[in-house]
Amino acid sequence: MQPTEKAQWKIIDDDYANLVLSDSQKFDEMLDKSGDINPHWHAYFKAMNRLGLEEMVTRHQDAARLLRENGVTYVVHGEQQGHRPWELDIIPFILSETDWQFISSGLIQRAELLNLILKDLYGNKRLIKEGLIPPEVIFAHAGFLRPCNDLTSQMDNPLFMYAVDLGRDSCGQFWVLSDRSQAPSGAGFALENRTVLARTLPNLFSEVGVHRLSFYFRTLQNSIARLAPKQKDNPHVVVLTPGPYNETYFEHAYLANYLGYRLVQGDDLTVLDGRVWLKSLDGLQPVDVILRRVDDVFCDPLELRQDSRLGVAGLLEAIRQGNVSVINPPGSSILENPALLPFLPNISKAIIGEDLQLPSVKTWWCGNTKHREYVLDNIKKLVVKPIHRPVGAKPMFGSELSESELSSLKSKINSKPYQYVGQDYIHLSTVPSLIDGKLLPRRSIFRSFLFAENGGYSLLPGGLARCEGEQGELTVSIHDGGVSKDTWILVSEQQPHVSLWQQPKLGPNISEHSLGLSSRSAENLYWVGRYAERAEGHARLLRISLDKIQLGMEGTFMGKRKSTDGKTEIQEGDQNNKSELECLNSMLRTLTGLTSSHQGYVWNEGKEIVTELMSIMLDTKHSGSLVSTLHSLISAAFAVRDRWSTDTWRVMNNIENLCELLEKNMSIYENSQFQQTSSESDERTLQHIQTELDQLMIYLSALSGLNAESMTQTIAWVSLDMGRRIERALLLIVLCRSCFVAVQDEWIEYQLLESILIASESLITYRGRYRSALHLPTVLEMLLLDESNPRSLVYQLNRLQEQIRDLPRERFGYGLSEEEQLILEGLTQLQLSNTSQLAELSEQTSERHGLEKLLVRLAQILIEISDVLTQTYFSHVQGQEQLVTTDI
Amino acid sequence: MKYHITHNTHYSYSNIVNLCYNEARLIPRSYGRQVCSKNDFIVVPDPTGYRERKDFFENTVCFFTIQRPHQELVVTVTSEVEVNASDFQLDSVKEFRWENVLKQLHRDDNEEILEIRQYTLESPMIPELPELRTYAEKSFSDGRSMLEAVEELTERLYTEFEYDPNFTSVATPLKEVIEHRRGVCQDFAHLGIGCVRSMGLVVRYVSGYIETVHDSDREQLVGAGASHAWFSVYFPEIGWIDFDPTNNVMPSDRHITVAWGRDYSDVTPLKGVVYGSGTHDLSVSVDCREV
Repeated sequence: MQPTEKAQWKIIDDDYANLVLSDSQKFDEMLDKSGDINPHWHAYFKAMNRLGLEEMVTRHQDAARLLRENGVTYVVHGEQQGHRPWELDIIPFILSETDWQFISSGLIQRAELLNLILKDLYGNKRLIKEGLIPPEVIFAHAGFLRPCNDLTSQMDNPLFMYAVDLGRDSCGQFWVLSDRSQAPSGAGFALENRTVLARTLPNLFSEVGVHRLSFYFRTLQNSIARLAPKQKDNPHVVVLTPGPYNETYFEHAYLANYLGYRLVQGDDLTVLDGRVWLKSLDGLQPVDVILRRVDDVFCDPLELRQDSRLGVAGLLEAIRQGNVSVINPPGSSILENPALLPFLPNISKAIIGEDLQLPSVKTWWCGNTKHREYVLDNIKKLVVKPIHRPVGAKPMFGSELSESELSSLKSKINSKPYQYVGQDYIHLSTVPSLIDGKLLPRRSIFRSFLFAENGGYSLLPGGLARCEGEQGELTVSIHDGGVSKDTWILVSEQQPHVSLWQQPKLGPNISEHSLGLSSRSAENLYWVGRYAERAEGHARLLRISLDKIQLGMEGTFMGKRKSTDGKTEIQEGDQNNKSELECLNSMLRTLTGLTSSHQGYVWNEGKEIVTELMSIMLDTKHSGSLVSTLHSLISAAFAVRDRWSTDTWRVMNNIENLCELLEKNMSIYENSQFQQTSSESDERTLQHIQTELDQLMIYLSALSGLNAESMTQTIAWVSLDMGRRIERALLLIVLCRSCFVAVQDEWIEYQLLESILIASESLITYRGRYRSALHLPTVLEMLLLDESNPRSLVYQLNRLQEQIRDLPRERFGYGLSEEEQLILEGLTQLQLSNTSQLAELSEQTSERHGLEKLLVRLAQILIEISDVLTQTYFSHVQGQEQLVTTDI
Repeated sequence: MKYHITHNTHYSYSNIVNLCYNEARLIPRSYGRQVCSKNDFIVVPDPTGYRERKDFFENTVCFFTIQRPHQELVVTVTSEVEVNASDFQLDSVKEFRWENVLKQLHRDDNEEILEIRQYTLESPMIPELPELRTYAEKSFSDGRSMLEAVEELTERLYTEFEYDPNFTSVATPLKEVIEHRRGVCQDFAHLGIGCVRSMGLVVRYVSGYIETVHDSDREQLVGAGASHAWFSVYFPEIGWIDFDPTNNVMPSDRHITVAWGRDYSDVTPLKGVVYGSGTHDLSVSVDCREV
């Protein structure tokens, strides 16, 4: 290495060094005690120096944009609910080879040790009987699950996956801060961080030798395959998630997608004949390995928590019978127990005959009298934790507590001492972070990941580092607003790029099982189709209506003048104007009918039409509004997150952003109506909304295009497309009914015909084909019966018939299934109709009864088809009841 | 004494149930003074995948599922069990002062003691409550014989609480039982356990049967005709001694043990998860006669 002069690193200014060196309690990962840059950071900063700070900031923003577009989120519960975009700092946490060697050998030893402890605790319990672990440490821990005793005695490595949080103190010593043993999260985020960083700083990785991550995941895939019972060749592996509301749902979907496993929820699985099955559209498919992200106690409502809806009844028995492997097996959260930490050095000596290499953070278990006294006497400089971490519980920092809080904590400890530990507070080392365009030292920890392989453990050569969000925060956690970092382990030699998909022969063949689709996913896809189509239809109608109003506002129509408060006033007697108004009225009727928000609503002239229209379409409080439909679309899509390509998900994200904008502008508009402010700002808001609607149309079309062009035409696509067809058909029926059944003045009808053709994207085709004025019979022909018009009703029904034919079903005899009969009836009725007759008036009325009758029946048929599909293919979820409830 | 026991559990559902998973702890244990020589386990409709295994506490658990539509579930278990009266000398037990027992329990060099110390900890249905300690302290006075203390506690539960089958259900919290001073055998067993535990001692829950008396000469104990429950306290060097607070007796050869654990939730006789909608009705009958 060349000698380092601080001046050489122009992007690291003196402030950084001052901040680090002023405090002897600080250990910086980048700077040594004399302010020089540690050699393992040279390569990175050399490259950054070339980029310059400004460009680094730009790349940092690029990374944020990529993460947002890829939909990487962390679901936050509590006060600020919702999805928080995942935050990534483009400066990694870099570990030198020497440090890494020390850490990796320590971690592998620790994994082996904890695995043996786990086996013993659910086996013959020598560790307790021989006094190496006090009984209360295990028996009083809520993670020790008695039904899991002897559950996996035949498994060599019940601790199959394992993660550890590590930190370095002010002396440069590494400490294990906590163990994650039941369903360790974070590896997927680590992988996504690396992917994003590699895209943001493409040349960097070839310049700086960094250990690649893909090999870990490929070998992980092989090891998981080997866990399948009876050495099955092509095992069916699923990822069991608690669902979209779980904080790390993104990761579940991401890993499932990356590893080629299906993402399922408890409802998707069932135990029959002692085996686990996936309820799919093609029937039941046996499941061999479950990679679970559902917590231990929720895995089986028969033997574990009775109120669980996230697990599978009978799962423990299926595991016992050796018919399925669950990783990690239920019960493994007993290792997530800080009370074990003080005993690990002795256990290590006793059962593997080695000293523990990596120390755990110094811990005092209050179940021991002397230790309790120590904790009570030194509580102000310690961190106090319960031995079992309930969801959302935070450690208590003695230094932060008031006198009364301290005394209440002390009395809690005294009443159940064995439930608490005190731990040393570690002054974590700092890493440079890019904050507001400046490098600042931030305290950080990192998580390492391991899995069992060939009797030993493999370690991810990287990890997930996390920094404090604000300087001086005592906890470093993503949940509380921390920022993540990629973790780099440097290598001297370049590594070949390994992608999971380039070497299919090495990995298990996973394509066979990708055919089946769980009933729940199918249902969600069906609703994605319906909501997407509904949103498109509504947005189009809204746009047409707003255009018409806008024209009116601009005074294009004679006799209309704009009043000072921006409302349009109509002067009677003007034919043009009246028809325009009537047309609007019909459109509004259609919209209200569609949104079913004001059933039977008819616009009354005294009300402000724009406000009414906007509230119908953009108010989240109306369940049928455009905005609500978009929300439903997004959550249905999120529930099948693993099904979407990155591009599709980006479109989805853009839709979500637009939805927010629409809501925002809607509330601005509402407020201004309330406060009666200037009409100019109203118009501006209105223009914004129109622009947003235009954008929305583009994104919805992009979504539909991606669905049509990028999804393989399997059952998943069929489910989605059926949703689209049914919805499009229903929309068209509502449009035709509300506009053409009642006979209007000729001029109004003309306007309506034009609007409806625009709304169903058929005006250009019509003009091209008929080259004439608009007549109802020809328009009806175009909208209802034209088989070549992809917007026509008959086209939708034809497609639906094909898709229904493709659905998996068991045939008994030659009869048609219910849904086949229904679609046949619908198509036949439609094809037997005659548009001139449909356009004719019924005697002595001003309505077209024939048209009404046909459309009503077709709507009924479509709704029945939807119900039959739901019952036959989607709803395999049944009510779950306990015979005896002992959960109190 | 030898008994022939028939335990019948009958669930009827308001709507059709398509699928159910069940776990039963209905086969009496064989241990020390009790041998279960014959056992017959019948489920109607025919179950799928019937399996027996030993649970954490070495109780026999029967797992079965019913994978077809049904509206009734009937489980009939018949057993033959021989029970002998306990043979230890109560006089020698009387010597133990409870504080000494407590001290012994905190020795860290005895395998058995290390393992059974789990029974001093709170459990799902018996939380630590200050009321329990207050109630127990009256019997556990300084320097008192442990046997006497537990006997008196049992008697106080018997006299100060009212047997009322209509007041509580399986899921009634212990706090309510204490407040209203009424309950059934299961509640009294839980109370006794909570009290003994609050003193730091080792105690467990026992589920079982009581002899059904068919001739009018002898007194019928409370708790026959259904599952019964009581508690068992650990005395170092002697072992477990049973106490039945519902009848204020020390169970001997008229009590048949089925299973034991920390509380009812560990030894629920028949539990299950059913898939289908609607409600269910339950009727249980037990006949336990001497042969």
